[in-house]
Amino acid sequence: MIRLFGIAAGVGFVIILLYSFTFGAINFIKEPPVKAVEYQFHKHPEKPGFAHEGVLGKFDRGQLQRGLKVYQEVCAACHSMELVAFRNFEDLGFTEGQVKTIAKNWATETPSINPDTGEASSRPSLASDQIPSPYLNDVQARAANNNALPPDLSLITKARHDGTNYVYSLLTGYTDPPSDLPEENRPGTGLYYNAYFANLNIAMAPPLNSEGQVTYDDGTKATVDQMAKDVSAFLTWTAEPKLEVRKSTGLGVIGFLIVFTILAYLSYQNIWADLKAQKRKD
Amino acid sequence: MSFPWAKQYTPENEFMKWMDSRLPLPRLIYNAVGAGYPVPRNLNYFWNFGVLAGVALVIQILTGVILAMHYAANVGVAFDSVEHIMRNVNSGWLLRYAHMNGASFFFIVVYIHIFRGLFYSSYKAPREMVWLLGLVIFLLMMATAFMGYVLPWGQMSFWGAKVITGLFSAIPLVGPALQEWLLGGFSPDNATLNRFFSLHFVLPFVIAGVIILHIWALHIPGSSNPTGIEIKGKQDTIPFHPYYTAKDGFGLGVFLIFFCILTFFMPNFLGHPDNYIPANELSTPAHIVPEWYFWPFYAILRAFTFDFFFIEAKLLGVIAMFGSILLLFFLPWLDKSPVRSGHYRPVFRKFFWFGLIPCILLLGYLGGAPAEEPYVMLSQLASAYYFAHFLIILPIISMTEKPKPLPNSITESVTGKPLDATA
Repeated sequence: MIRLFGIAAGVGFVIILLYSFTFGAINFIKEPPVKAVEYQFHKHPEKPGFAHEGVLGKFDRGQLQRGLKVYQEVCAACHSMELVAFRNFEDLGFTEGQVKTIAKNWATETPSINPDTGEASSRPSLASDQIPSPYLNDVQARAANNNALPPDLSLITKARHDGTNYVYSLLTGYTDPPSDLPEENRPGTGLYYNAYFANLNIAMAPPLNSEGQVTYDDGTKATVDQMAKDVSAFLTWTAEPKLEVRKSTGLGVIGFLIVFTILAYLSYQNIWADLKAQKRKD
Repeated sequence: MSFPWAKQYTPENEFMKWMDSRLPLPRLIYNAVGAGYPVPRNLNYFWNFGVLAGVALVIQILTGVILAMHYAANVGVAFDSVEHIMRNVNSGWLLRYAHMNGASFFFIVVYIHIFRGLFYSSYKAPREMVWLLGLVIFLLMMATAFMGYVLPWGQMSFWGAKVITGLFSAIPLVGPALQEWLLGGFSPDNATLNRFFSLHFVLPFVIAGVIILHIWALHIPGSSNPTGIEIKGKQDTIPFHPYYTAKDGFGLGVFLIFFCILTFFMPNFLGHPDNYIPANELSTPAHIVPEWYFWPFYAILRAFTFDFFFIEAKLLGVIAMFGSILLLFFLPWLDKSPVRSGHYRPVFRKFFWFGLIPCILLLGYLGGAPAEEPYVMLSQLASAYYFAHFLIILPIISMTEKPKPLPNSITESVTGKPLDATA
């Protein structure tokens, strides 16, 4: 009885699905789906290579410090970094004193309350503060940016596919629109063509546009490519500050597990030896 | 225990004797997973996965309970509290990544465990109850995993919750009211997040309870084996401890190596980048996809694109998606072949390896692909095969197939010598 019901239900599902398939297939042949323009012109991120890649990869501290400088002097004008505190910069190789100075000199001050009047006010940041946002709120951010909202950058490299390479490619990927790009996909007012951006037209003006835009303290030549690489590495650190301890712990754990597994295998063979001896040989 | 030759528990010292006559917990353990449980001697590595699933649940509960100490279930701070765990809590990144990937590995081992059951027909008499309870565990796992994915309150959390609870709105008459009741509002919001957190915390303990029933039901007939034939004598079995505890120890090591490679070196490989963007109900992601372990079912859901007579396509998809799991509950009665093991069923075996397995893998791929052609057409074909396999092909071949001759006994299949019934 159950089998009869089962077969009936099965035939029902199969008929509905094959019926849907037939109509879908007829449509597919009559009007083959056109690949979206975004799909044709969109590019996958370039891979410039970073020190933190791979099983043994560690951050390049000098690069992170340079990246912080790019963020501080260029990106931070519009993009917040809410999840990172100044004290975290000690991980970049800065001393406590240097971190305090960076916090104090940060272009935006930390919002606070005037202790005498209770009115909204601001004060220089301390090492324990989170990095203050350049705008008071999203409305102000949109008002200042042609109604586009600059995303928070704390997690940006984890919030995009192949994030580190994506950020690098996006920053260096501004070009003139290709000549065969259809009119409706060309950038409108206040938009810029960038093949690495999902819909090809991004509201952010090319942020890194001239050599020497940032003066590096370590004397590295600040080419656009170098700045883009450095800030991508820095944003990888902000998204995954525990990357190094994660990898080094992982190596220890896996080393232990390999030894454990070998011992477990040997004891398994040992315990089963009498049974394996009885096994037929063929 | 139903085997007369099962080893009996004997307390070794005065304390254990005292304990045994008051609370015989050591005896229970001894009989459940100790030397007192006789197991077929010919189990292959596919029989490791039940224990591994148990370990995966323990990993999830341990990491989860500690994560819950630092997590805040409120839409205003949930996302930031997860990042607080990742950045400021001691080893918080490890707990969270282990919990995230632990869910995936729980599903990997459970899927292998289920496929073991399907190939060796472990669901057949007298083990129907083991199979049914296993499916209950699977459904509870799916509910728990879905609600856990909502907790970080990222974009996929929010939109996943919206899409999945939206399935209930397809039910005629009561649908929209039911969805509102499930969400505690018109859209996923604080009420939703709080109830999902509460249920996500409690359901794993319900799963643990059903696992106890699952193992209890298993111990009545005892474990099945790759030949699918009954245990005929003492020689056919070996005590669970030390033989299978040793083998499971090795299996556990291999499992943990794979688990740790993902957790420590590619922790976000199985996740979706959009879930690192805080939930925003004004911005819909380009492709809303659930976690990978739901992809086959998601593909079945989306395969229904045409209204059929008076039934809406959406409702058909929901019925089919739930039906694709519910039909497994009827498997013991759909497959009437007297032979259990797929090794001795030539036709069944071909349909299993060349039909069912590619079909499920294809459905998995299609469930993660965007909802456009040719993916939809392919998922219609694959879903049709899925239903045909379980509801039409399996009942028919179980009646018509001529099985290969079975070995006389488990012992003979292993040693080549006949079973000595007197031993």
